[in-house]
Amino acid sequence: MDIFSKVRSLIVEQLDVDEEKVTTETTFEDIDADSLDVVELVMALEEEFDLEIADEEVENIKTVGDIVSYIEGKTAS
Amino acid sequence: MYKRVVVTGIGAVTPIGTGKDAFWENMYKGENGVKVIDHLRDFPTYMAATVDDFEPQDFMEKRDVKKMDRFTHFAQAAAQMAIDDAKMDLTKEDKERVGVIVGSGIGGLDTIEKQFKILLDKGPRRVSPFLVPMLIANMASGYISIAHGLRGPNTTLVTACASGSHSIGEAYRILQRGEADIMIAGGAEAPITSISFAGFCAARAMSTRNDQPEKASRPFDLQRDGFVMGEGAGVIILETEEHALNRNAPIYAEIVGYGMSGDAHHVTAPDPEGQGAYLCMQRALNDGNLSPDSVDYINTHGTSTEYNDKIETLAIKRLFKDQAYKMALSSTKSMIGHLLGAAGGVELVATLLSLQKGVVLPTINYEEPDPECDLDYTPNKPREREINVAMSNSFGFGGTNACLVVKKFNQEASGA
Repeated sequence: MDIFSKVRSLIVEQLDVDEEKVTTETTFEDIDADSLDVVELVMALEEEFDLEIADEEVENIKTVGDIVSYIEGKTAS
Repeated sequence: MYKRVVVTGIGAVTPIGTGKDAFWENMYKGENGVKVIDHLRDFPTYMAATVDDFEPQDFMEKRDVKKMDRFTHFAQAAAQMAIDDAKMDLTKEDKERVGVIVGSGIGGLDTIEKQFKILLDKGPRRVSPFLVPMLIANMASGYISIAHGLRGPNTTLVTACASGSHSIGEAYRILQRGEADIMIAGGAEAPITSISFAGFCAARAMSTRNDQPEKASRPFDLQRDGFVMGEGAGVIILETEEHALNRNAPIYAEIVGYGMSGDAHHVTAPDPEGQGAYLCMQRALNDGNLSPDSVDYINTHGTSTEYNDKIETLAIKRLFKDQAYKMALSSTKSMIGHLLGAAGGVELVATLLSLQKGVVLPTINYEEPDPECDLDYTPNKPREREINVAMSNSFGFGGTNACLVVKKFNQEASGA
């Protein structure tokens, strides 16, 4: 599975949204994720991709596409 | 000038039925909800009364189910059923005058256990951001108020096995003083976890009759050897009399008395003279301007422990004298086990149904009388009896006691 698909399935699982609703343009607001949901999602991403994502870095993430780019950046090296 | 307060709706999630109809039918049949719990077989007690026919998703959004502990699932379900039972359309109510008080003895214990293990195994960065809102005991009240948009008084009483009763009592006081029009009140508990069992077993509080689980909860019986744990929630809708009459609400009964006291004796054992129980029952009667002779039925705390059952009996005899031998008593815990903080809520639901239907529910598993418990506990079979005034007792660790008195609603009678 590519990074986008993995991220999408984590979102679907945690937030109970339909898969079709999740695109690279989707924002946290679009999927009704409050601040605690975002923290939990970040934890799931850290688990899945074996990363550490600092809170300050999360501030720059606005869309699912941003999440994917961020993970690509971290895992590229 | 205090307002009169009535009960207009009831909801329950119990080990012998979800919903008032299933619950009543099974209590009437004397069903027992206790069973062996396989994953607890290493413990001295490995049986409990579990809620099995229950899907949280029937009562809340799927995504919220994961963000709530089981006790909150039970509370929300029971509250929803009570609201529906009261034929209440909350969109037509002033939600700033509708409050919630749902108590719990321990709150999200299962959540604490699971997340503590994650803390130890994976470190603090893997602990859920939802841990704190899931575990705190007031989250049942919190979630119900959020789900329905209710801005009236919002609190929780945490008094161990008396939490449900105290929560209802406090809601009653709030309505008496006119600080709200409607209160949703009761108790919820989901305590069947490893740490809970380890603690109660270590304190030697629970029955070890594991080879006969359906007979283990036997209040007032000579061979009783401790309580059996249960889980669930009981929630009722209380309203001021004028509010209920204005909207033609169905009325189960009037709440006419509430008494509280402390045993001031021991953290787990009751005072040997039953003075705490005596005082809280007396205060509830005084609160309602009622004489002991007017009480037809007591839904006892009746836990099936050696001490509670004989001391509660003693306190009842001291207060009621001859009437103690004329009234009917029973213990719902014989069928559903001890629901701890939810007991007061679920047992008041049972009491209200008994009053409405004119039937005293049985104390099942009553096989050998104990000379120290010589009252009429309605052994094994239900009995028809007109109940005008009924009392419900709940006593908790720490010596905290609660007593509620309900009475058939009579509009013409003067208030207390």
